[in-house]
Amino acid sequence: MAQMNMKEAIRDAMRVEMKRDPNVLIFGEDVGNAGGVFRVTEGLQQEFGDQRVIDTPLAESAIGGMAVGLGVQGFRPIAEIQFVGFIFEALDQILVQAARMRYRSGGRYHSPIVFRTPFGGGVKAAELHTDSLEGLIAQTPGIKLVIPSNPYDAKGLLISAIRDNDPVFFMEHLNLYHAFRDEVPEGEYTVELGKANVVREGSDVTILSYGLMVHTAVKAAEELEKNGIKAEVIDLRTLVPLDIDTILASVKKTNRVIIVQEAQKSAGIAAEVIAQINEHAILHLEAPVLRVSAPDTVYPFAQIEDQWLPTPARIIEGVNKVLEF
Amino acid sequence: MSKIPYEVYTEDVEALSVLSPDGEIINKAKSPDLTDDQLKELMYRMVFTRTWDDRAVNLGRQGRLGFYAPVSGQEATMVGSEFALDKEDFVCPGYRDMPQLVWHGLPLYQAFLYSRGHQHGGQIPEGVNVLMPQIIIGAQVLHAMGIAMGFKLKQQKHVAITYTGDGGSSEGDFYEALNYAGVFNLPVIFFVQNNGYAITTPFAKQTAAKSIAHKAVAAGIRGIKVDGMDVFAVISAVREAADRARNGEGATLIEAVTYRFRPHSLSDDTSKYRTKEEEGQWNEKDPIARLAKYLEKKGLWTEEDTARVKDEAKAKVNEQIKKAEQTEKMTVSGLIDSMFETTPKHLEAQKAEFQK
Ligand SMILES: Cc1ncc(C[n+]2csc(CCOP(=O)(O)OP(=O)(O)O)c2C)c(N)n1
Repeated sequence: MAQMNMKEAIRDAMRVEMKRDPNVLIFGEDVGNAGGVFRVTEGLQQEFGDQRVIDTPLAESAIGGMAVGLGVQGFRPIAEIQFVGFIFEALDQILVQAARMRYRSGGRYHSPIVFRTPFGGGVKAAELHTDSLEGLIAQTPGIKLVIPSNPYDAKGLLISAIRDNDPVFFMEHLNLYHAFRDEVPEGEYTVELGKANVVREGSDVTILSYGLMVHTAVKAAEELEKNGIKAEVIDLRTLVPLDIDTILASVKKTNRVIIVQEAQKSAGIAAEVIAQINEHAILHLEAPVLRVSAPDTVYPFAQIEDQWLPTPARIIEGVNKVLEF
Repeated sequence: MSKIPYEVYTEDVEALSVLSPDGEIINKAKSPDLTDDQLKELMYRMVFTRTWDDRAVNLGRQGRLGFYAPVSGQEATMVGSEFALDKEDFVCPGYRDMPQLVWHGLPLYQAFLYSRGHQHGGQIPEGVNVLMPQIIIGAQVLHAMGIAMGFKLKQQKHVAITYTGDGGSSEGDFYEALNYAGVFNLPVIFFVQNNGYAITTPFAKQTAAKSIAHKAVAAGIRGIKVDGMDVFAVISAVREAADRARNGEGATLIEAVTYRFRPHSLSDDTSKYRTKEEEGQWNEKDPIARLAKYLEKKGLWTEEDTARVKDEAKAKVNEQIKKAEQTEKMTVSGLIDSMFETTPKHLEAQKAEFQK
């Protein structure tokens, strides 16, 4: 096994799949020669040529639309949107065209596309480079949504996403690209889409999260342990489809839940998870499910980013609230 | 040619025309080479399309069709452009472009099912290279660009053609597609049917450019303007664009100046934005009458032929609308199952709710 950080693991997933399947193509702004602004695709154009790793002109709707057309032609595009805030330029192609292709054509065509994009706060980037826009994607039927939290999952999930015959929106947290290294198997393996991961077992309270916040939640859980509180931490990994079974099993065990998301509070992933817990397990709850999140403002300029994003302290506060309810 | 020091391209362009309103060939060099049988087939398709459109408008009024965008007046652009293509070429239409789909192989009853809001309308048969009509204006222009990229990567000498209107040519997607087609040298034809109006907005308020064809200049692709009421000019332009695309010479933007005799959709009123005088002037350019004159002079067509085709078309439309009406209704289960290749658990649960 090799040691890889998340960026290398993502690159390795693409390399493995490009070798296996000549229909896999990568394109986007600066992905070729330069390997992308974060060097995630570095070396792939050198290895697979400029017919398979393609630098496009700067136009996001066209990146999305080209992916849709190539999908109809039997290719498996991996389309990179350089930074998450620029998906707005491509949302018609991602959420309307790709996500509806199977439905509109009664199954005749589909969109075997992966839309990859970096996102995520705490890096003091320019405006609209880091926002957590997953709620926007999750509300649209017909597209899957994946946010990995570590190199092993990132590679396995991305390989699953590339092989999936439906469009997958794959969000890569900027703060995780280089954060740490993991044992990552060489060659092919998959992590199934739609399966959450119990990162840490516990019996007193469940902390649900995804992406970078999984690590913040683990830090909080370690602190809580010092006071004798055993928190179970679950990494959702796939937000659409959501692994409600794993969530419910934990709810039934701990009876107390909080959800941690980097995104603003209202109407997002956390709200959805709470709704589903209410639907399926309300009688197992000893306290209302709380959200620890950013406030409902636009993503702030860099100066106050650190205060705006959820911290271990705020998670601990949330846990204490549900424990004391 | 000497270079113009500062300005880019400011001259008017004249539309290509081949057939005069009284059915004479006025541009022999650009006259498409068509056999007598092909000429008769072309006429057949145009008359058929006009009759189908008449019937569709009536069926719409009777509530037997749903969303329908009339096409009369645009037979030369629609039928003619498709006529110039091969079966393997790919057609990416907007909502008005049903005739191209049907003449490219989509069964007519499926066109009616599409109009009636049935999923089977978009289940294009294998081997028919078309997408279902696009509602988002401009989106399909990008798909055609992507499909053309596919042909290029597969080294297949086929062409993608896409249709939009004068209104559609203002969308960002339109420009993005043209630009990509230029950069990647793609085998794609952007066919703009400039029928003078986008719902009610006249062409003069759509763009300050001298023509839509001019927009090709900025993308570094070929742009041409044709008389869209002249089916020979349309065929000639599309054939030439397709030949160039197959030869690796890249994309063409074709602006065809045409007119839809009917309103934008079944629900609007042309008297609010068009004059009777204007409508009359365009009626005189009717592409079907023009071709008929030419064919009659050659002894290939008579009024009886037109009457016969109309009867055939009416019978076919009746049969196909019945087939559409008798097709089993879509179900919510089917709808839910069409979201993903494998229906995820949460959707299975929602499906079960509906099956109770
Ligand atoms: C993105 C988008 N904006 C607006 C509309 C609403 N709309 C439908 S048709 C139309 C006018 C289109 O005009 P044009 O492109 O000239 O085509 P025509 O119908 O005249 O052939 C508009 C504004 C739409 N369908 N999609």
